[in-house]
Amino acid sequence: MSAHDHAEGHGHAHGGAAHGSLRGYLIGFILSVILTAIPFWLVMSGVIDDKQATAIVIMAFAVVQIVVHMVFFLHMNTASEGGWSMLALIFTLILVVIVLTGSLWVMYHLNANMMPGLHDMREMP
Amino acid sequence: MPDTLTKFIFGRLTLESLPLHEPIVVATFVAVALGGIALLGAITYFKLWTYLWREWFTSVDHKKIGIMYMVLGLVMLLRGFSDAIMMRLQQAIAFNGSEGYLNSHHYDQIFTAHGVIMIFFVAMPFVTGLMNFVVPLQIGARDVSFPFLNSFSFWMTVGGAILVMASLFVGEFARTGWLAYPPLSGIGYSPDVGVDYYIWALQVAGVGTTLSGINLICTIIKMRAPGMTMMRMPVFTWTSLCTNVLIVASFPVLTAVLSLLALDRYVGTNFFTNDFGGNPMMYVNLIWIWGHPEVYILILPLFGVFSEVTSTFSGKRLFGYTSMVYATVVITILSYLVWLHHFFTMGSGASVNSFFGITTMIISIPTGAKIFNWLFTMYRGRIRFELPMMWTLAFMLTFVVGGMTGVLLAVPPADFVLHNSLFLIAHFHNVIIGGVLFGLFAGIAYWWPKAFGFKLDPFWGKVSFWCWVVGFWFAFMPLYILGLMGVTRRMRVFDDPSLQIWFVIAAFGAVLIACGIAAFLIQIFVSIRRREALADPTGDPWDGRTLEWSTSSPPPAYNFAFTPVIRDNDAWWEMKQASYIRPLAGFKPIHMPSNTGTGIILAAFSVALGFGLIWYIWWLAALSFVCLIATAIGHTFNYHRDFHIPAAEVSQTEKTRTTLLAAQG
Repeated sequence: MSAHDHAEGHGHAHGGAAHGSLRGYLIGFILSVILTAIPFWLVMSGVIDDKQATAIVIMAFAVVQIVVHMVFFLHMNTASEGGWSMLALIFTLILVVIVLTGSLWVMYHLNANMMPGLHDMREMP
Repeated sequence: MPDTLTKFIFGRLTLESLPLHEPIVVATFVAVALGGIALLGAITYFKLWTYLWREWFTSVDHKKIGIMYMVLGLVMLLRGFSDAIMMRLQQAIAFNGSEGYLNSHHYDQIFTAHGVIMIFFVAMPFVTGLMNFVVPLQIGARDVSFPFLNSFSFWMTVGGAILVMASLFVGEFARTGWLAYPPLSGIGYSPDVGVDYYIWALQVAGVGTTLSGINLICTIIKMRAPGMTMMRMPVFTWTSLCTNVLIVASFPVLTAVLSLLALDRYVGTNFFTNDFGGNPMMYVNLIWIWGHPEVYILILPLFGVFSEVTSTFSGKRLFGYTSMVYATVVITILSYLVWLHHFFTMGSGASVNSFFGITTMIISIPTGAKIFNWLFTMYRGRIRFELPMMWTLAFMLTFVVGGMTGVLLAVPPADFVLHNSLFLIAHFHNVIIGGVLFGLFAGIAYWWPKAFGFKLDPFWGKVSFWCWVVGFWFAFMPLYILGLMGVTRRMRVFDDPSLQIWFVIAAFGAVLIACGIAAFLIQIFVSIRRREALADPTGDPWDGRTLEWSTSSPPPAYNFAFTPVIRDNDAWWEMKQASYIRPLAGFKPIHMPSNTGTGIILAAFSVALGFGLIWYIWWLAALSFVCLIATAIGHTFNYHRDFHIPAAEVSQTEKTRTTLLAAQG
């Protein structure tokens, strides 16, 4: 049904998502450019010697980037869609954390126990 | 014709791909072909094509789509059950040196197809169909949020089913078991089309399932009638909401893992191979991250059905509504924390196994709470033993046994003994048949009068009920015993003659279940014949409690002439207590979505795309993909999406109902 259907009263009952302003979009844009430029610079100039440390720093920047996108471009806040957006986000985060940590934990075990190599039962995790 | 040209046109599809050397398949094909020709001929003879196309195939009405989902589920149940009874017969006779009547090539396809069909194309369509039909009526809405998307979702599910059915006669189906674990499902060990049929059938159907999940979440959150707060939603709507949240959160995992398997098979990546850093165990891990929530996707809506049925037929408000809601939400979250119990034996250490063993045992607590809530609802109720209530009681007895064997399997050391044994098979059939299927029959008997305007014939319903329940116990209790004796699943022949008697008993149970299915079909036929005698002119045949019983049976296209206002979680019951008077005048034109054939056309292109990919017919795949995208874009230019039912027509429809109600006194 179309969004113009006011007769039933639903559709806009809970107040939709917040709408962005030019200022908000600009701040978001500049922040994401900076957050993208820094990882590029880190890799290209090789300031951090340790490759693994570089990777971890880049991942941290990526997480911040996700938050910036959600706040400035997707207009996420606790009030939008009557709180449903936030609830959905929290639920998604819980599931992603469960799936990622769970898989890492499980696969670490399987890798340690099942892959060919020397087995010593006392060292099983 | 030069060889390269044939190869270009037909890919790897040759005359040898047709299973002409399998007499059983050929006989089935002949029967299906004759039946199909008879059906198509009948439709043509009675000039029903236009009617079917206009009123059903292109319909975006949630009620009609719901009914079509149920028809799909029923048709596929017949296919899935034929597989089951063939396996039972094979296992009952393959003793004392007999090879049975199925060769291993055929037998392996049968057990794979049985699992895939029963979960994806029987249980899922049935569950989605019920939710589609009932949820908008229960929340006082005129349709789902996105009616066209709903039609598209349905036809994609049909598309997946068509691909699975095609594999029976063109080529073959996977021989890998229903989850197609690599490396067996990799290109090295399964070079033929079976696994490709599996992948593309599930991918096509998966699109439908995910979109329908999004649609129903949106509907429940956005389109409830005024006054229906979250804690005033009927329990069935609550369980549907949680189920669809699970669908949206878990089906993408299935889509991703099957895509990775497809990449391994088609372009030679090594995600799940044994070489080059691939890891087949990752496939098992990922597919069960989808697979366990899937189990709760199937059972949760039926918990909702049992709640509605118990409170209606006990004439009481549901005991512990709040605890019921929280139990459902807790199950939703916990269902993501137990997936490893499907592969305790794959080699995780004690800490991982104990964690997942304990979470599995914890999940039985909210489920147990539900059972007690139903018992307390019945306590001191005025119970009417109509068909839906009988199914509910059978469910409670059967499901509790299945739940307890589940807790047994949740103990990792016990699982090391019982893993992949017939004990496991008995356990999950115990909960799926005893829970999902009994719930579906309860739901069908309960909402049938709402959908068609007449009740189901109780006599044949009872025949079906007793055949099913007794048949279930005969068919699966022997499997528990065999499992405890160490018999593993998916065996084709047996050496130990002492086991035969148990398989014969199980086969007898399967025959009883066949009688149950036959009685169910007879019940539908007889009810249609006796529809005058069984008619329900009131729209409220069971003295119901929720909103769907406030409209006529079957409901008008617009469901409710005026959007109801809700003051209680048993909304219709409260309206009846408050001597609710139907509005008889002041009708306004009603804004409705128009029918469109785009859904069925898109699904047809998807089937062609899948077929092209399965048989390496690249021109067909490319062409149907382009057509798919073009049709989708073309549909965005369709501006004839809605129309208004004129006030006069609404007034006329409502007047007919007023006359009917007045005739009842």
